[in-house]
Amino acid sequence: MKSFRRVAGMAVLVMQAWAMGPAQAAEKLVVGVAIPTATHSFTSGIVWWANQAKAELEKAHPGLKIIVKTAATAPEQANQLQDMLTVNKINTLVIFPIESASLTQPVSQVKNKGVYVTVVDRGLTNTQSQDAYIAGDNTAFGKLPAEYLAKSLNGKGNIVVLRGMPTTLDNERYDAFSAVMKDHPEIKVLDAKYGNWNRDDAFKVMQDYLTRFKHIDAVWAADDDMAIGVQKAIAQAKRTDIKQVFGGAGAKGAVKKIMDGSDPLIVADVSYSPKFMYDAIKLTTEARLKGDKLPANTIIPSVLITRENAKQFYFPNSPF
Amino acid sequence: MQPARTDTTVSPLASFGARIKGFGPVLGLLSLCIAGTLLNGDFATVDNLMNVLTRTAFIGIIAVGMTFVIISGGIDLSVGSMAALIAGCMIYFMNALAQGAGGDLAPITMLVLGIAMALVLGAGFGLMHGLLISKGNIEPFIVTLGTLGIFRAVLTYLADGGALTLDATLSELYSPVYYTSVLGAPIPIWIFLFVAAAGAIILNRTTFGRHVQAIGSNEQVARYAAINVDKVKIATYMLLGVCVGIATVLYVPRLGSATPTTGLLWELEAIAAVVVGGTALKGGEGRIVGTVIGAILLSVISNILNLTSIISVYLNAAVQGVVIIAVAFLQRGRK
Repeated sequence: MKSFRRVAGMAVLVMQAWAMGPAQAAEKLVVGVAIPTATHSFTSGIVWWANQAKAELEKAHPGLKIIVKTAATAPEQANQLQDMLTVNKINTLVIFPIESASLTQPVSQVKNKGVYVTVVDRGLTNTQSQDAYIAGDNTAFGKLPAEYLAKSLNGKGNIVVLRGMPTTLDNERYDAFSAVMKDHPEIKVLDAKYGNWNRDDAFKVMQDYLTRFKHIDAVWAADDDMAIGVQKAIAQAKRTDIKQVFGGAGAKGAVKKIMDGSDPLIVADVSYSPKFMYDAIKLTTEARLKGDKLPANTIIPSVLITRENAKQFYFPNSPF
Repeated sequence: MQPARTDTTVSPLASFGARIKGFGPVLGLLSLCIAGTLLNGDFATVDNLMNVLTRTAFIGIIAVGMTFVIISGGIDLSVGSMAALIAGCMIYFMNALAQGAGGDLAPITMLVLGIAMALVLGAGFGLMHGLLISKGNIEPFIVTLGTLGIFRAVLTYLADGGALTLDATLSELYSPVYYTSVLGAPIPIWIFLFVAAAGAIILNRTTFGRHVQAIGSNEQVARYAAINVDKVKIATYMLLGVCVGIATVLYVPRLGSATPTTGLLWELEAIAAVVVGGTALKGGEGRIVGTVIGAILLSVISNILNLTSIISVYLNAAVQGVVIIAVAFLQRGRK
């Protein structure tokens, strides 16, 4: 008990010293970064790129402090915002909101305290709560595969679609895909079901598609992780009618296959790299160091990845 | 424990009614299959049925172990995370062996070591649960809720948040375990059948099985009857752990990888299979055959939903919920 008290006492002292540190140097730039916990490949890429930005920027600008916090749920992220404001005394925030609606109010609170706010990817429901917005291009994420598949099928054939999870982001992608397909009446989109951005679910959904449809020309798997499950199901069923599986997001495994030309089914992809987290932190920090503001909206373009340009999108050290 | 047969004093009609109730899951499954065939002619093809049964194998095997735990009055919420962590450790270990840590071991030996590790880990995790619950006197709900988080977090850490992918050579060697058929049925179906049969024999024909049921009916009475309650409880969790290990051994060759989303919500599917199969959630009574049918029923629902497009995809989970409740309704009246 005695030793417990001693440890607790020391912990309090350390915490006080830590809390006072940033307070004494209030003029310094302290950037808080709030992002989702790594629960699947994409978010692990987000975490990796955020830490990469922290390491590079802190090295390049002595005195700069970047605090990266990951949260699994919206309430947890809201708590972190409070902690970063009161304990770490941040004056800049770069946040990838876990949920749009439920974080709008907490982010507003932070902005009202004079903190510069950059919102990444998932927008808030009220744009007044942010100074800048940086995002990937979800419309292009659906549009580019549709155009590519339509072209490689010569405007004729059967496609099955695997969607992500029921979210606005997924709707945006799917709507963009469908809009292109409307111009190609001879391409039949046989069905679109949710694979939840998950390899196992994609495997099952694809197995059932294969049972149900005797001829499929191409699959829009809408995610590189799902494309893996899809390919396993195709291989197991020994089907040879499918000419292409179009994933999405530019995971390193998929980009490598495109680069090497090692997989006849995977020949193109669309970028939606978690690297935009790195870009967002870098753009925000550098603008703030110079005292500049960012444009209200920055869209990091989604680009078609083919064998010609795949090298630019290959980051072997990233977990994604 | 099987209720004593008192049919002689009951009218034939009432006895028939009682029997029907016991057949709730079977009736549910049959009507689903008829509906499936009407909605899509391909439902009843051998290939489709094999697909459904093979993918049921994971949840089914885990559910067999879960039946023991639930009959004894316990619960295990961690099985999905446990499966994910075991899969991750297995891949991590086999990759390490393949990359030189194993010296000049033959690939097949590496595979066998990996499989052995999965079973040992499963038993070990089960032992840990059993000890914390019986000797540590903590509610099973709390213990396994805790390990649910721990297991998945450790896997995410091992995988660096991304995916752990099995070495290509080993993956090729291993994939037949999921994809090969023996006597017309894929290997996972045979293993599932074997595990279920063994489970049924252990539950109904051994002293251990009777003790599990006695503890679930009334733990105090079981203690007075000189049953070593702690030992039996620990054994049920270890049995479940080994089942999770077996399921993982079959799961890894399917995709050759483990990610932090592996096995997500398997615990709920396994528990649902057990309950739909007629095992009382409060313990004391249950049947392995029911669990097997319950597990198949749950897979069939999602299969039918994938094979048809008559209902909005947003409502898939609702359809599953309705069927689960309907089958449980058919079972009511059973203890």
